[in-house]
Amino acid sequence: MCLDCGCAPKDHHHHHDHDHRHEHGKGKTLTIEEDLLGKNNRLAAANRARFAAHRLLVLNLVSSPGSGKTSILERTLSDLKNALRFAVLEGDQQTANDAERIAATGVPAHQINTGAGCHLDAHMVGHGVDHFDLAACDILMIENVGNLVCPAGFDLGEDHKVAVLSITEGEDKPLKYPQMFQAADLLLINKLDLLPHLRFDLEKCREFARRVNPRLEIIELSCENGEGMERWYAWLREQVGKKKNQKP
Amino acid sequence: MHEVAITRSIIDICEETARRRGATTVRGVTVEIGELSGVVPEAGEFCFEACGKGTVLEGAALVIQRIPGRGRCNACGEEFPMDNQTFTCPACGDFPPRRVSGEELRVKEMEID
Repeated sequence: MCLDCGCAPKDHHHHHDHDHRHEHGKGKTLTIEEDLLGKNNRLAAANRARFAAHRLLVLNLVSSPGSGKTSILERTLSDLKNALRFAVLEGDQQTANDAERIAATGVPAHQINTGAGCHLDAHMVGHGVDHFDLAACDILMIENVGNLVCPAGFDLGEDHKVAVLSITEGEDKPLKYPQMFQAADLLLINKLDLLPHLRFDLEKCREFARRVNPRLEIIELSCENGEGMERWYAWLREQVGKKKNQKP
Repeated sequence: MHEVAITRSIIDICEETARRRGATTVRGVTVEIGELSGVVPEAGEFCFEACGKGTVLEGAALVIQRIPGRGRCNACGEEFPMDNQTFTCPACGDFPPRRVSGEELRVKEMEID
């Protein structure tokens, strides 16, 4: 069953090829003017409508590999699962390791393997959430494939992209990968517990991130020692509260 | 390599159009790729050849038109060329500028028999 994406049996999206015929050699030229992300954007809009019907807060977690997305999730779920109802979609090229780690916290989790793909798209997410009872959830966390480039362009139907940057990566990541930090609404700077061991300029990192995206909210934390996690939880509660007050 | 996904959508759009027009061969397709879109044209060309095999696009010419990045300052209204490292207005220093072009990713036209 796939009403929105029409992935079976036959594709059905609509084009607007105005019938402008120009003769080029023997062929004829059709004007198409169709956006290459159009199909993804249509499916993302369908996801968004579905999530809104359940007043579900949906976050798309994006970062480089190894920034600590899964570890942040594990700690968050353990600390908040009695207060908020979560579901987690895990995106990785291979293995179900992350979904298994999440499932061990007792929260519903489903793994999407993208194979050669470097990002999740709206189609995968639309099918991925079929594994959950969305009516019984407050927050859907989507952990994207670890990659600071490709996931920036693919809307999944989320409310917010949350970028994670760990301090072992260097403070200039926002300047090197501006698109991702421009697309995000919240930046979590993780692994704060390692600060005494590294040459990482936290102030510079904040400045670079805000230069790229002045409206970016920033929370520094460590999912290892728990520092800063309360601010992240407060942000989550606030967003869930806003969502519940929204008209579906 | 999100260029693979981008290329697949080029092929989807062309196949769908060709099917509806009853065309069996596509001679060429013209695609607009903005300089701020994050898509690398060379990677797109490589994927096009690989992904087009066995489709109506096999052997078709790919024409990529680059669209330069341009920004406009929200404060002073200045318009200027921009790339992915342009975060401030060159005239007054306000940030961030609004992108007015360069993010395009579009199948513009295709030539069929």
